[in-house]
Amino acid sequence: MLAARTLQPRSVDALRDIVLCEPDMIARGNGRAYGDSAVNTAATIDMRRFNRMLAFDPATGQLVAEAGVLLGDIIAAFLPRGWFPMVTPGTKFVTLGGAIAADVHGKNHHKDGSFRACVDWIDVMGLDGDIRRCTPNDPTPLFDHTLGGMGLTGIILRAALRLRPVQSAWMRQTTIPAPNLKAAMAAFETAQDATYSVAWIDCLPTGSHLGRSLVMLAEHATPSDLSPDQKLDPFQINPKRKLSVPLDFPAFCLNRLTVRAFNALYYRAGAQKSGEQLVDWDSYFYPLDAILGWNRIYGSKGFVQFQCVLPLNRADSGLSALLNAIAKAGSPSFLSVLKRFGPQNSAFSFPMEGYTLALDFAVTPQTLALLDRLDQITLDHGGRFYLAKDSRMTADTLRASDRRVGDFTAHRDSLGLQSRFKSAQSERLAL
Amino acid sequence: MTKPLVLILGAGSDIAKAVAHHFAALGHPLQLAARNTAALQADQTDIALRYGVGVTVHAFDALAIQTHESFVTALPDLPEIAVCAVGLMGQQAENERDIQAACRVMRTNFEGPASILAVLANRFEARGNGTLVGISSVAGERGRATNYVYGAAKAGFTAFLSGLRNRLAKRGVHVVTVLPGFVATQMTVGMNLPAKLTAQPQDVARAIARAVERKTNILYVYPIWRLIMGIIRNIPEQVFKRMVL
Repeated sequence: MLAARTLQPRSVDALRDIVLCEPDMIARGNGRAYGDSAVNTAATIDMRRFNRMLAFDPATGQLVAEAGVLLGDIIAAFLPRGWFPMVTPGTKFVTLGGAIAADVHGKNHHKDGSFRACVDWIDVMGLDGDIRRCTPNDPTPLFDHTLGGMGLTGIILRAALRLRPVQSAWMRQTTIPAPNLKAAMAAFETAQDATYSVAWIDCLPTGSHLGRSLVMLAEHATPSDLSPDQKLDPFQINPKRKLSVPLDFPAFCLNRLTVRAFNALYYRAGAQKSGEQLVDWDSYFYPLDAILGWNRIYGSKGFVQFQCVLPLNRADSGLSALLNAIAKAGSPSFLSVLKRFGPQNSAFSFPMEGYTLALDFAVTPQTLALLDRLDQITLDHGGRFYLAKDSRMTADTLRASDRRVGDFTAHRDSLGLQSRFKSAQSERLAL
Repeated sequence: MTKPLVLILGAGSDIAKAVAHHFAALGHPLQLAARNTAALQADQTDIALRYGVGVTVHAFDALAIQTHESFVTALPDLPEIAVCAVGLMGQQAENERDIQAACRVMRTNFEGPASILAVLANRFEARGNGTLVGISSVAGERGRATNYVYGAAKAGFTAFLSGLRNRLAKRGVHVVTVLPGFVATQMTVGMNLPAKLTAQPQDVARAIARAVERKTNILYVYPIWRLIMGIIRNIPEQVFKRMVL
């Protein structure tokens, strides 16, 4: 647990004073990174006061907004007018600045790339308090290193992003049961044309059921997909009741047996529902947002996330090794997600063409040992790690996984950023 | 069908901004009025983009009371609902030393708001409908050593709103007195406020919209404040004068 001094500037001038005066600092959005990415005990700058939308061009779908605007705000404002974020992570409670800093990805990465793909420009405040507008075509590395740079290149202040035109608030979802990893990967490879694809994967079975998954494909529904009632107002979905987890579950609630039972039921239910379904955007993209405080099911010790990506040619053997290690350790991962990434061109972002596996575990000594083992398997197969989910990796592991670290730190060094813009994570990883 | 037009006076404050967002989200067009209109431009664009409602910005100086008639006359439309969020906390210690500072606090919290609402009240009365919302304070319920200048001005404003309500009750015009209690705003940054008694600006905004809808007379954002102030008002002066509050 870290206690940090938080500053909450309300204007660009107030922000500039902080940047010029504080010895070192990091900007923070809505705190949805899982680890210590946006924490600096000396000065954490809460950017949520910068939450205004500045301009929208309905001809191009380009929205200009301040960094503290949430993706959920963008959806609330623009989905009724037929626009949706081009790329969205699994929660709508992220800020625009956070989405850029982590260069988040969504279920359409294989088709549309990471968040970077929809960003036209970014305004970044540097150490001198000046604001520089950077674009993908600049000769300097500021844009490239700000995407995925975890806020370490300066303070992300504003950005222009392109939204996607959609014809309804509904998703046409197809579920494909896959009895094992090979079948799941085959389903992803066959579904390269689907706009969205993701698999829920059961990490407990071994042998012929290793990697048992439900592969879920989806498209934005068109009016012809909707019922007569839905067609009347295609952007309207029924408001959902918010569920919340009111207290930390006792540690015994999530164990190998309960997770095994849940997974078996979930797989069978999914297999029965296989085929097409109409699902609203909120349930499809953000199932966990409906359960406020869902992380409390892991009890007071909390949980730890793990997400790696393996290159395409070694994904099969690497994923098998990861899944075998998890099954052998018997540590239940409640939410495990497998996803095919498409090509990615960027300087420090997480994705690469291949397969990504996201897991979460309750914190115990056994799971920490397992995570070290998973790190090693990832390294052995040429994979790398998602910094937005990392809270425990070592600087050596990061360097062994990613040769781009040298360029990133050289950029920081050349501008004197290393001693000024820093987080608990950047210190741990020596970035 | 368009919703009633809402004028927000002192639109730069945190409570005013939350009120603006809340009414706009409900579909109401807005008139934002404040001294510093340049600072409102970004909010104007933001609110119009988010909620697709019309938003206009108007220069308004609460202390320049001689301009208040012409300010209202110059508005493109007379609003149906007017919310006055003008206010200035000031520093009690400074107010004790510097009568100019104390006067500024008294004028900003009482004279200015009373003046503009008086003008609007007459226009609303002539039209025969409308709602006036005055954001006053629980500090006006009893003077305390720690902020009696602010409290006295708010007491005056509360009494003014009460009288206005009494006068206009039979003329189709409703008056809401808002006593927010502690609110986490720029005004209270750095104060150590008890979390359970402290509302967010969004809570105040939601409560105000509901009070307008239901024609509430006196609005305590958190009901517990009605009890707290009932107790504070009833402490005998012999005891109260020795208390540290």
